Amino acid sequence: MARNKTEIRYLSPVDIDKRRKEKYCRFKKMGIKYIDYKDPEFLMRFLNDQGKILPRRITGTSLKYQRRLATAVKRCRQLSLLPYVGDNLK
Amino acid sequence: MNHYETVFIMNPVLSEDQVKETVKKFVDQIKANKGKITNEENWGLKKLKYAIQKKKTGFYNLIEFQADGQMINDFEVELKRDERVIRWQTVKLEKFAAEYAVRRKNRLSETKKSAE
Repeated sequence: MARNKTEIRYLSPVDIDKRRKEKYCRFKKMGIKYIDYKDPEFLMRFLNDQGKILPRRITGTSLKYQRRLATAVKRCRQLSLLPYVGDNLK
Repeated sequence: MNHYETVFIMNPVLSEDQVKETVKKFVDQIKANKGKITNEENWGLKKLKYAIQKKKTGFYNLIEFQADGQMINDFEVELKRDERVIRWQTVKLEKFAAEYAVRRKNRLSETKKSAE
C-alpha cells in the first residue's frame, strides 16, 4: 500500500508552492500618513547599500507613498542625515 | 497662518553659548514677525553624512512655528546671511505632518520625563 502511494506521487506533478509572497504597501498597512524626513533609520529600509532609493517593484510601496518617500529621502539627504552616495550603508 | 518647520545646522566650532545665542536670534525673529513657536528641539552635535563647507560635524536645531507665509523669505535670507549657519531647510507642514509633529513632540517629552 505504501509503495502504491509513492508511485502515485511521482506520476502527478510535484506540488511546489510557486506563489510568491504577496507584496504590500507598508504605509497603507501600518496607517502611516506622513513620512518623516528626520528619521534616517526608518528611511534606510527603503534604500540599497549605496543609498539609492529602492524601486516600488521590490518594496511593494504604493505609488502615492513612493512619491512621498522619495521627497522624504531627498529632504533627509539635504540635511546630511543620509548620504547622497554611500558605500556599504547596511 | 501656516505651520512650518525649520531644521538648521550650525558650525561645530561654536561654543554652547554661541549656539544658544544663534537659536535665540532666529526664535526672536519669528516672534517679531508675529509668529508662534510650537516646538523647539536641540539635537546637539551630530556627525554629518557628507562634508558641508569642509566640516564633518554640526549642531542641529529644529524650530517648529506658525507664521504668515510672507515672513519665510526674510527668515531664510537671514539664515543664509548668518555665517554660523551652514545648512538650513524650511518645510511647510500639511495636515498629516502637523499631526505627526504633535505626536513626536509628546513622545519626546515623555521620554524626557522617564529619563528624569
